[in-house]
Formats: sequence, C-alpha cells, structure tokens
Amino acid sequence: MGNTIPNRQVVCETLLELAKEDRAITVLASDSRGSAAMAPFAKAYPDQFVEVGIAEQNIVGIAAGLAHSGRKPFVASPACFLSMRSIEQIKVDVAYSGTNVKLVGISGGVSYGALGMSHHSVQDLAVARAIPGLAVMMPADRHETKRMTEALVGYEGGAYVRIGRNPVEDVYDSADYEFTIGKAVTMKEGEDVTLIATGETVRIALDAEALLREVGVSARVLNMHTIKPLDEEAIVRAAEETGRIITVEEHSIHGGLGAAVAEVVVQRHPVPVRILGIPDEPAIAGKTSEVFKHYGISADSIKRIALDLIGR
Amino acid sequence: MNSNALRQKAVQIRMDLLRIIHRAKTGHTGGSLSNTDILTSLYYRVMRIDPSNPKLPDRDRFIASKGHSVESLWCILADLGFFPKEELFTYSQFGTRLIGHPNNKVPGIEMNTGALGHGLAISVGMALASKRDGLGYRVFCLMGDGEQAEGSVWEAAMAGAHYKLDNLVGIVDRNRLQISGSTEEVMGLDPLDEKWASFGWHVVTVDGNDVDALVSAFEAVPAASGKPTLVMANTVKGKGVSFAENVPHWHHHVPSDEELDRALAELSAALESLRQEGEKG
Repeated sequence: MGNTIPNRQVVCETLLELAKEDRAITVLASDSRGSAAMAPFAKAYPDQFVEVGIAEQNIVGIAAGLAHSGRKPFVASPACFLSMRSIEQIKVDVAYSGTNVKLVGISGGVSYGALGMSHHSVQDLAVARAIPGLAVMMPADRHETKRMTEALVGYEGGAYVRIGRNPVEDVYDSADYEFTIGKAVTMKEGEDVTLIATGETVRIALDAEALLREVGVSARVLNMHTIKPLDEEAIVRAAEETGRIITVEEHSIHGGLGAAVAEVVVQRHPVPVRILGIPDEPAIAGKTSEVFKHYGISADSIKRIALDLIGR
Repeated sequence: MNSNALRQKAVQIRMDLLRIIHRAKTGHTGGSLSNTDILTSLYYRVMRIDPSNPKLPDRDRFIASKGHSVESLWCILADLGFFPKEELFTYSQFGTRLIGHPNNKVPGIEMNTGALGHGLAISVGMALASKRDGLGYRVFCLMGDGEQAEGSVWEAAMAGAHYKLDNLVGIVDRNRLQISGSTEEVMGLDPLDEKWASFGWHVVTVDGNDVDALVSAFEAVPAASGKPTLVMANTVKGKGVSFAENVPHWHHHVPSDEELDRALAELSAALESLRQEGEKG
C-alpha cells in the first residue's frame, strides 16, 4: 500500500493550517490527543485546545457550551464511545439546541480490530442519522479527509464524522476535486449496476469495478461520503439508469448506508438492492482487512453479488 | 430591585405559574415553586441581562439544568418582556414554543435542557469560553437535587474545578424531594456539600427561599479566586402554598380549581402583607 498517512493525522494537519486564520477553531480531546493525532494542535494552540479527560458525556456538553459562545469545537474522541456514551448529549446539546459542534469519531468501525466489540463502532451511522439536524459523514481517503475537514470548518451546524485508525489507500490522486457536503462523488460511470460505498469501503468498490470490467460488466461507483443529508438524486439516478444497487459499508447491515439507500429506492424507484456490511453479531477479532474478508466486504464478493443480480 | 420588591416579585411569579399550570393541566408545580426565589434573585437583581437584547455578548448566562421546573422561568421571562405576557397562556398547548422544558427558540433561553445531568457541562464550556475570550460573563447553572445522581454532573464538576472557573456558579435546588419520595431514600446524597467541596468547589449553603441570602451568595462570586462556586440552596418543594409544601406528589400535581383558589388566596395575602411592609419601609 502506498499511503502511510492516517486520516486522523490529516484532520490535525488541516485544522492546524486553518487555525492560523481562524482562532475560533477549538479541539477537544478525551485523553485522546495521542490516538487522535492531535498532540501537535494542542502544542501549537493551547488556548484552542481543551482536554476533558476520559469523560465522553462531558466532552460533548462542554463543546456545546463553547460553540454557544462562538467557538468552533472539533471533538476528537474514539467513535465507539463518542457515538454511544455521549449520544444523548449529541441529540440534545448539539442537534436539538443547534450548536455548531463537529464530532470526529476516531478509530472508527472495526479499526480497533482485536480489541473487541466494546471498541468497535458499527452502529454509529444508524443512531447518528436518526437524529434531526445532525450531518453524518465518512471520508474515503486522506485527500477527502482534508476536503471534508475544510468544509466542516465552514459548515454551520452539528456533524458526526467517522474516520478509521489506520492509513487507507488513496482513491483520489489529489485533494483537487469537487467536494460538496451532501453530494455523492461519481468515481466511475457505469450502466449495469451501481456500487455505493462510504469511507474506507470506497476503495473496495473501486477494486470490484475493475474486476467487473474484466468480465464485461459496467459498474457505476458512487462515493457517498455524506450519509446525511443524503444525495437522494444520485441514488434515484443510479436506480433508474443501472437497475441494480449494491451498498458496501464498514457498519452493521442495519440502519447504515444500505438502509439509507434502500429507504430512497423503495419509495422512489424500486430496484433490487443488496447490502454488504457487518452482520448482526459482535464482529470477529482481526485486522480490518481480515474482518472485511471474513464478512464478504471484498471486491470478489461484490463481483459475485453483481453477477448474480445481473443473472450471470 | 430591593429585598421587599424581590420578595413581592417572587410571590407574583408563584401566582402566575400556578395559573399557567392550572390552565394547561400539566406542569412541575413543586419544583417551580421551590426554585422561584432563586430565579427571581438572579433575573431581577444579580444577572447582567437585557430583555431588549437577549443576545448581548457579555450577558450572564443562565442554564436550567433541571429543565422540568420551567414554569417559573417562563413567567419571569414574560414578566421581564423577553416575550409578550399573553403568550404565557399557550404554555404546553399544541404547537407552542413554551413547552414543558426550556426551548431556545424563545428569547432569553440559551440552550434546550430537560435531560438531567447536561447543564453543568454546557455551563463549563460557556464559562471556559468567557475566560479564554475575555468576555467576562458569569454562568449560573441550576440543578435539581435528584439530578445529583447523574454521573455526568460529576464529570462536569471535575472539569469546572480543573479549569479554575471562578465565573461559574452551580446552584442545587436542595428541596430533598424527588418524584418517588425523599432524595435520601431514593439515592442518598448527603453529605452533598462535602461532596462538592471535595471536588474543588467553593460551597456556600443558604436558605434557598430567602432572596436576601441568595443575593448575598451570588454577589460574593467569586468568593474564592480560582474556584467555581456551588450554592447549596436549601429550599422547600412547593414553597409558598401551605398545602403543597413538602408533599412529594406536588412534583407534577396540577392544582384543581379549588386548590388554585386557595393557593392564590394565600399568595395574595402574602403579597398584601409584603406591600404594607414595603410601604412602611
């Protein structure tokens, strides 16, 4: 794998750069400045950094108070705790009160690997997207992480962003592409089937597209970096133009990207949809790649499902 | 506002809140009556606020962490002119913005509260911003005593002391009753003052239905430099209405027509005697 820079480091570097001009940007950590790669920010901008200790409810409440007073808080805390322990603060103090808090769930999905289900966050998209007014996002690679972080600084309102722990392979050549919150990126045009992925599974969908191309199948690939607000038009177009959809996500098969896509498809243009993700069980121990392979979140598996949908 | 005027105001607010609860047939009567003197002291005397400019940047902030006792707050905000007094009669009606908890769609309300254990953390964030940005405002956070069982209160207590937020004031409406009965039977809190002191707060214990004692405690802030203040306000749940005082089911009991009449008669008499006292000077 080429890239060795994890997305969390990109978040820090981007905020360091923007904080030069924007003194309202404030990073909060829950004893997580190391794991969030935020130590350089804490050092460079001590007045724009708040250590809260291991207290995830408190970190969100304090961030809401800071936001109410004009700061632009970025909470960097493990996704497994941030999206569960503090969900009521997210619902009430951020979404309901309408505070401008960015929640960055680090080490998300199954990236803590063998640490077990306590440290996995594969229900976060489901719970976050059910909260009115909360944007929900996952970047596909380091370039998108940069674009997303920049966009979030300028975005007024609450948002939950989940990033993984380890470096991920690039899906973009550079950060120079059109990124808009709420707009899917068409990574590949195609006519026979659409693969919709988010976060680190975008790379897998692109690999599947290459395998399908080898056997004469034209697959469209959508990077749904924003789960909410969802780009419904891109989904409807995919249903109308390709007739089949496969969703791929590092999340429970319940309530995440697949569910969000299916909600749109069944109501606006019903076509077959297959949902690939983590099944309804404590995920098996292992590296992300091993866990993905075990559950069929792989290019081979997507190819098989696509051929089956097409009737080959 | 002087002491007599404050006490008159508190009686008037109690009458108003009983009327809106009676009309809506819902509300947290006991808690609103217990916190009325605390809110009256803050809103009519202590806090720097401007009803014509609710977003004044250096205004003092009030966070009702015990959001359910909102009726006294609605009556005070209306009385001060944050919104028209007639709107009080929409309280809890279909589509109203005057719901059963603080709602920041209403001028004068900072944050939506109601889930217990949230307010102090928010207040810590506000107080920290005030310090770091040199805005100079104070933050007053009113908590219930039953609320003290929420672990998140103590996360925020730790942070308030850690960041030396002497512009932060926590207030515990210590009426010793919660919905199921005595706080000490439901989940023992005592010695609650020692708990707060051990968390690094400057603790002041006052009669929480005595506006003079409350004003003195609030105006002394920061009494200990570098420490947040906790005002342990010993109150009587249902205060001001003899037959509601210290009766657990008045937590959210709605007065009947007859109970309302009796309560208003008692409060009118109290108001009259305060007026006479005031005139004598």
